[in-house]
Amino acid sequence: MSAQSASPSTLERFAVSSARRRRDRVARGSILAATALALIPLVLIVYYLLEKGLGSWSTGFFTTDPTGNTFFKTSSIGGIKSAILGTIEIVALASAIAVPVGVGVALWLVEYGRGSVFAQLVRFFVDVLTGVPSIVFGLFIYIVLIVGTGGTYAGYKGSLALSLLMLPVVIRSAEVVLQLVPSALRESALALGAPRWKVIARVVLPTALPGMVTGVLLAVARGAGETAPLLFTAAYTHLTTFNLGSFMNSLPVQIYNDVTSPTTAVVNRAWGAALTLVVMILLLNIVARLISRRSRVA
Amino acid sequence: MRLLRRNPDSTTAGPGAQDRPLGEREPAQSEPSAQRRQTGQDPDSPEPAAGASAVAGPEKRAPGTSSAGAVAVKLEGLRAFYGSAEQLKGVDLDFPANEVTAIIGPSGCGKSTLIRCINRMHEEIPGARAEGRVLLEGADVYGPGVDVVAVRRAIGMVFQKPNPFPTMSIFDNVAAGLRLSSRSRHDLPAKVESALRGAGLWDEVSDRLDQPGAGLSGGQQQRLCIARSLAVDPEVILMDEPCSALDPIATLKIEELIDVLKQHVSIVIVTHNMQQAARVADRTAFMLDGRLVEVGATQQIFTTPADTRTEEYVTGKFG
Repeated sequence: MSAQSASPSTLERFAVSSARRRRDRVARGSILAATALALIPLVLIVYYLLEKGLGSWSTGFFTTDPTGNTFFKTSSIGGIKSAILGTIEIVALASAIAVPVGVGVALWLVEYGRGSVFAQLVRFFVDVLTGVPSIVFGLFIYIVLIVGTGGTYAGYKGSLALSLLMLPVVIRSAEVVLQLVPSALRESALALGAPRWKVIARVVLPTALPGMVTGVLLAVARGAGETAPLLFTAAYTHLTTFNLGSFMNSLPVQIYNDVTSPTTAVVNRAWGAALTLVVMILLLNIVARLISRRSRVA
Repeated sequence: MRLLRRNPDSTTAGPGAQDRPLGEREPAQSEPSAQRRQTGQDPDSPEPAAGASAVAGPEKRAPGTSSAGAVAVKLEGLRAFYGSAEQLKGVDLDFPANEVTAIIGPSGCGKSTLIRCINRMHEEIPGARAEGRVLLEGADVYGPGVDVVAVRRAIGMVFQKPNPFPTMSIFDNVAAGLRLSSRSRHDLPAKVESALRGAGLWDEVSDRLDQPGAGLSGGQQQRLCIARSLAVDPEVILMDEPCSALDPIATLKIEELIDVLKQHVSIVIVTHNMQQAARVADRTAFMLDGRLVEVGATQQIFTTPADTRTEEYVTGKFG
């Protein structure tokens, strides 16, 4: 429509009614309010973590084990070295268990099981597992591997509990990404005379890899922050250990222990440890984002 | 590029040759090291050298005749199902060697299903199955003990949408067929170059073989896919509407390529475009509702079809 034909009557005809303008304002306003509301606790958490946690950060904080001393102001309470290393060890072993198994299950679901009854059943149980509270996994390992065998707390038992927790997350995320790989790619590889396992190993997996890495890292991040499965599987100890068969410290459990202490310095150490944990998970997430940005599917 | 596997001197086809599993065909003349391995599933397969059966076919050619007029693929009573739905209702059709056969017909008539049955891709769809016989130079690709992987090495396929492997470079895309199918990896660069030349793409990409294949234009991608299937050295190439996603100029290039390729391979092309069928095909088959209506020389199908339904379709009265 040319400018000349835009007579006043036409402008009137296409004008936005005031009622609709009002509805639009109300809708936008409430959505904005919801966003702001959700941001409040998030910002406060980050603020408090930085405010309280940064104060206890020091070189010694990261390089010494907790001493166990909580009463005497004259001697040090120690840092969180054993907790950082313990978390890394426990989560690394948990990932080493959960990632291959989870990717394998996802591959089976997408490439072989497809719509079969058994695949539906597996999907259902994976969904159920996703919703199971983390403490249940801890209890399960506690009852089977500690009460059941009469053994002690051990780092690897914590890893097993965490891997159970991570498994459904890995399966689900890997499955979604594998389904995003266009079936035309599988078909053209099959049509070249490639055996199915080679199609999966050389075409499907490389195409899905960036997305799967993201999912795996998110699962790792989730596992790293869990306290409940570790409380009565890996337990608590002060000392740094690289023996996964012994008691092992971890950041969440350290925080749990410290925060219940009556000593201010120890509570502050909990804040410092919490900030450390958040930064570690943040770093993992950034890595996951960077990798997924290079994703070739979707 | 020696894609031609039919030896004009081979006249030793035994009487039982046509029942032999696919795996016992003669190895490629140009690459004796790459003897086909599909005999693996057949416990009493003879030595590969016992072959010379490459020309063995049901067409019973007289000794000494050249390969011209040979049948590359023969369909006998081919029926295909998706679950309980019968998509192909018994098709008998010969695809002559070193010719281009076009399959035309309205949407849903079973053209794509038909060619997907030839290299056994049809069964990749859950619930899909096929009945009847598909004879590749006399050997039933649906026969007992036939390795489906071997069938697909012998019968390449080009799909409707160009689909180079997104994680691979141009070079790796072409080499993929060789690497994925555990063929001889000897002299990979030469084979890749020969396949790219065969697909008319070499001059355009020779200076950027390490670039991602997905970075090419649509027409180049499709020729890359053709190069990829050529690299495996197939005898037959199936093309499922290879130009429907391409512009006219890219389409023209593919059509010119098809004309060159048929010296080495037999080509079956499904197309919605009747002008395309008229341009590229030596023979044209018209399908309707899961059945073959008519097949003949392209000229004859488009000018003097025997069946009124064919006439109505090619003159644009329906479909």
